[in-house]
Amino acid sequence: MSVISVFDVLGPNMIGPSSSHTAGAVSIACLARKMMNGSIKKVEFVLYGSFAKTYQGHGTDRALLGGIMGFATADKRIPESFSIARQRGISFDFISNETETEVHPNTVDIIMTNEDGHIMTVRGESLGGGKVRITRINQVAVDFTGEYSTVIIIHMDKPGVIAHITRCFTDEGVNIAFMKLFREAKGKTAYTIVESDGAFPENVPLEIKKNQHVKDVMAVEL
Amino acid sequence: MDMDFRNGKELLELCQVHYRPVSEIMRLRECQIGSVTIDELTEKMRHAVEIMKEACFLPIKKPRKSIGGLIGGEARLLNKHHAKGKSLCGNVLSRAITYAMATLEMNTSMGLIVAAPTAGSSGVIPGLMFALKEEYNISEDRIIDVMFNAGAIGYLAMRNATVAGAVGGCQAEVGVASAMAASSAVELMGGTPEQCLDAASTALMNMLGLVCDPVGGLVECPCQSRNAAGVANALAATEIALSGIKTMIPFDEMLEAMYSIGKKLPTELRETALGGCAATPSGCRFAQSVSLT
Repeated sequence: MSVISVFDVLGPNMIGPSSSHTAGAVSIACLARKMMNGSIKKVEFVLYGSFAKTYQGHGTDRALLGGIMGFATADKRIPESFSIARQRGISFDFISNETETEVHPNTVDIIMTNEDGHIMTVRGESLGGGKVRITRINQVAVDFTGEYSTVIIIHMDKPGVIAHITRCFTDEGVNIAFMKLFREAKGKTAYTIVESDGAFPENVPLEIKKNQHVKDVMAVEL
Repeated sequence: MDMDFRNGKELLELCQVHYRPVSEIMRLRECQIGSVTIDELTEKMRHAVEIMKEACFLPIKKPRKSIGGLIGGEARLLNKHHAKGKSLCGNVLSRAITYAMATLEMNTSMGLIVAAPTAGSSGVIPGLMFALKEEYNISEDRIIDVMFNAGAIGYLAMRNATVAGAVGGCQAEVGVASAMAASSAVELMGGTPEQCLDAASTALMNMLGLVCDPVGGLVECPCQSRNAAGVANALAATEIALSGIKTMIPFDEMLEAMYSIGKKLPTELRETALGGCAATPSGCRFAQSVSLT
């Protein structure tokens, strides 16, 4: 566990009623939003476990939609997020999945479609106290929290890609706090997730992208 | 000079070595771990205290209905009762209960609150702090100071036990909030660091075994009323500690006892809405009415 701050205890500052079902939902959706380029036109939320059972009474639906529009946990517009989304031309839908039980009790899949018709699915879990983690991007299992500035690199599982990625960080003098690798299968699509202390210069994602085996780079800044 | 501490014992040692109150040690620790200045910290806490204040007072003027529809308007009723001179609790406790329940009213109506340590227990600390502030004419700066004391207790609970109802029941939420409130109230009223930890231990002791059994799975009933219980318990623990009565069981051991009880609680009594208040015939009926709306 990372170091606990006084504001982890007295905080988050949040729209109620629940740190896991409301604030955590905002944070998951906000992270998902940052991973998607362009403006979002359509979003579908598939809710599991306790999220599926009690989402209306906890405002989880409004919280998720608010997060997709970039609202923070303390944003007073969250209760109005349905009407704000409609004004912005974002279509949205909530689906309860109570049959799938092999998931963390507060899990949501967020399926986003942007203006170019590009579709991306992000799975997040709300761990309590407003803490969250992202556990899946499209079909690949991943693991990061968004508590650090994070770069997600989608690439082919080929030799030399990781060395290239770390070099890009080193060249810009950025310290890597955590680094994790995930892959669909040997030689197939892989995900590398790098979390750094403090922000990284814009150059880092651009440089990483130059490698021929890198398909996409997503930067999730704090 | 390392200001980090892992338990209550180490915290007290730091207080003794540096002749500083609990809040000050926590503040210095925070500066070290977060590489922030004291001024930045104070401003961030000031902002949190402002949010707490609004949540304590707004529902009295403007009652709010919860999203689940189970609660709403309690703060105004309590305030009226007090204004009529009918309060049995005396000023401090009457105000504290009103503000604690007001905060939960704010929380359940999608208002802005500060989780302290959780949203479901967010009324306890502000409730006691603003009641004491009013009664004893305490400055807002002092309230901001002692919030770091509350933070120290909460940090230890988070680090060495849990503050999640789903893991440890209500004792981990309202119980810990009550311990945090008691400790910070002791410092606010001039007590020693030892008395702070004693008050925290007593407050937690009195809430051992409290289950998390929300009707309909919502943070409404019994949560709101439990915040009133948490604040009353904190006030009692504060009085006990300030009078010079020492606890038999140190805070660290009490925290461990709480955690161990929490892990033994059946899942029905850990936020699943399958036991306790939630499973009573009336609780079930209300839960039904929520899902129909």
